[in-house]
Amino acid sequence: MAEQKVLAANGNTMVAEAYRQAEPDVVAAYPITPQTAIVEQFDKYVAEGLVHTEFVPVESEHSSMSACIGASTTGARVATATASQGLALMYEELHIAAGMRCPIVMANANRAISAPINIHGDHSDVMGARDAGWIIFFAETAQEAYDNTLVSFRVAEDKDVQLPVMTTMDGFITSHAMERCELMDDATVADFLGTRTAREPMVGGDHPVSQGMFASVGGAYFNLKQGESLAIDSVKPTIQRIGEEWAKICGRPFSLVDAFECEDADYIIVILGSSAGNARAVARELREQGVKAGVLRLKLYRPFPAAEVREGLKNAKAIAIMDRSDSFGAQYAPLGEDVRCALYPMDGHIPTRDYIYGLGGADVTLDLMRQVYSELQELAAGKLDQGKHYLGTNKAQ
Amino acid sequence: MKDVRDFESWDYTQIPLGGVSIEAGNSDDYETGGWRSIRPVWDKDNCTNCMLCWVSCPDSSILVKDQEMTGIDYQHCKGCGICAEECRFEALKMIPENEAEAE
Repeated sequence: MAEQKVLAANGNTMVAEAYRQAEPDVVAAYPITPQTAIVEQFDKYVAEGLVHTEFVPVESEHSSMSACIGASTTGARVATATASQGLALMYEELHIAAGMRCPIVMANANRAISAPINIHGDHSDVMGARDAGWIIFFAETAQEAYDNTLVSFRVAEDKDVQLPVMTTMDGFITSHAMERCELMDDATVADFLGTRTAREPMVGGDHPVSQGMFASVGGAYFNLKQGESLAIDSVKPTIQRIGEEWAKICGRPFSLVDAFECEDADYIIVILGSSAGNARAVARELREQGVKAGVLRLKLYRPFPAAEVREGLKNAKAIAIMDRSDSFGAQYAPLGEDVRCALYPMDGHIPTRDYIYGLGGADVTLDLMRQVYSELQELAAGKLDQGKHYLGTNKAQ
Repeated sequence: MKDVRDFESWDYTQIPLGGVSIEAGNSDDYETGGWRSIRPVWDKDNCTNCMLCWVSCPDSSILVKDQEMTGIDYQHCKGCGICAEECRFEALKMIPENEAEAE
């Protein structure tokens, strides 16, 4: 029977514990706030001999992802962690990791992107990497960051997937805030994860191969990219299956989207990450007053769970899509565009308002959530416009 | 096993995962000689087999047998001209490709 230890821990600690239990063959990493504590703590485990991981302290994130790709092609289990400017510096390697189908697991402590410089939590960094071909999870809590990380190793290395996975949590709010967490015993996790079986190890096999090939002439590049696209499009059932397997072991539920009171809700907030808690708190408060409020939180962001989003929103009278990042010059912020796109095939039109909130770690208060639900009621009554709004900034004078 | 030389006709289900080349060391099959606009021409009488060209060639296109130069691999020579530049004995000179083809 699986035994779980209850402890007070933050998201960084829980990810470091997950890495200790997954015991990657290689971790190549560079420190950056707010994820530094993950690799710092993991490196301590290496130094203490608790894991047999080759820890590569590189000189930049460009190098850390390069080293991870190289290690992954040999058939190794590989993990790293980053945030913000570090993730941005990895940009070219992110595409290479996905194109070469390297099942790397990477934690990201979501943080703002400069300028101006800001170390606090928002989703600007992840959203810049959303088209790179990685599977992307958003955790709401430290516990979920742990669960998502363990599930991610299985998903990434599954023979039908073989894609890199980014397991994200909100910088500081989740990475640094202490919560009550449950840590599974090491043996149970080891059983759940198993070891990676590489498809075509570049070294050590009987049949040597070349990887990272040139495919510039003709249509080989084009055809290969089609395969990569279909691969990530088809991973949802595998994620669901592995997530449910873990849920059965740990006793915590797993779903691609977390639909809170959405079934009969008139007014629904769609959101990612740590702010969902405040949205739910206000939704509960409104339910007591007879207002049917709901919250749809996406745990999986790439591939985008469009069918699950449609299912969660189908009965709504008005929808607020809340983005903790902006897509400058685009019609809507990233989640706004994704959700609107998912709603397009539905019969009938549900009025939708897009809110950009909490950039650079700006507070996301209960009052702001109350304002959103109040505006949704006005929107449904035809008294407000749809469109994109900054939530909680100072009023222009 | 699939023949890697047919890769241009493969669809996405046939390309090995991640674009892995299932056969190592096949770059010899990729003929890069077509990139050439000038070509080295070898004068056997002037050649002393000093091997400076062989050392300098970035495409391993100086053909050698039993420590003696036997010719140039025009299937892979890209016409960079380094061999002719390095040659101390006027045994290699570069001529335009269209002249060579006319001959």
